[in-house]
Amino acid sequence: MKIIVNGEEKDVAATTVTGLLSELKIRSPEQVAIELNGDILDRNAYEQTAVKEGDQLEFIYFMGGGHDAY
Amino acid sequence: MTLTDTQIERYSRHIILEQIGLAGQERLLSSKALIVGAGGLGSPAALYLAAAGVGTIGIVDNDSVEISNLQRQIIHHTADIGRDKALSAAEKMRAINTDVQVRTYKQYLRADNIDNIIREYDFVIDGTDNFPSKFLINDACYFAGKPYSHAGILRFSGQTMTVLPGQSACLRCLFDGPPPPNAVPSCSQAGVLGVLAGVIGCLQAAEALKFALQQGELLTNALLTYDGLQGTFRKVPIRRNPHCRLCGESPSITTLEEVEQPVCDLKGKGSCCTT
Repeated sequence: MKIIVNGEEKDVAATTVTGLLSELKIRSPEQVAIELNGDILDRNAYEQTAVKEGDQLEFIYFMGGGHDAY
Repeated sequence: MTLTDTQIERYSRHIILEQIGLAGQERLLSSKALIVGAGGLGSPAALYLAAAGVGTIGIVDNDSVEISNLQRQIIHHTADIGRDKALSAAEKMRAINTDVQVRTYKQYLRADNIDNIIREYDFVIDGTDNFPSKFLINDACYFAGKPYSHAGILRFSGQTMTVLPGQSACLRCLFDGPPPPNAVPSCSQAGVLGVLAGVIGCLQAAEALKFALQQGELLTNALLTYDGLQGTFRKVPIRRNPHCRLCGESPSITTLEEVEQPVCDLKGKGSCCTT
């Protein structure tokens, strides 16, 4: 399934946001905000939120300065 | 306000611009900007706003200059090591442009003092690096109705977003609150390419100038991200979040409160190095 993550096309198997975080090896999901097709997702809804063909996601990292986001 | 001949010459490259002219320069000289943090982001912002003739510039910082700051905090010189950052920064701004009235605040911003300070200004630049300060500025600007520029830098990347409180997406629309403390290593661990502070701090200064001039489109409802290694900018649209705890439809944050979260173990709470 092809989706767009941060402007880049990716071929993924995950069907939920939680699965996607795992598949993309996002080590610190608590440091990332996720936008799905323009809407900021509720952090508690990742498990229930489906990812579908053609979805556009933005992973937006906390940036204060000097902390490890990845 | 009438510009002197010297001022007309000093600001001639502004005045010649159709979007600025004499009236725009007068507007800048009447404008007031607050820069929180005389660090990596605050340094270029302070230098350019002073050079641009922003009439009143406040600079908030409670730290003193350390040698490890000098790699990116370009308003401070080697001879300033050990001096108060706010005073060091003010000295450089005054040296660039005597038209500018510089006010220094050698203190940390907290819930009980931030409102009185930001109310004196038209626009706020967040040049801090720690999350309690970032959320405190976001919240205080919301309650005071002050437009402000958020920014962060990390390694080879940076991001910035301008917030018009109540009108455009705020930091809490994006991030509910600071990340959990155990997820955040200390400031010294990740590093940052010094020039990133210049790239992003200058973008923040540009936003302050555009706001004062009422020209162009502010970076609202969008996060501009810069990847220094790839040399790419991306403007990620950010919608206001109806569930935002601060500016959403049923907010749970209704008064300004201290934002608790230890970020950096270098110096203790609230005193973390500015980016």
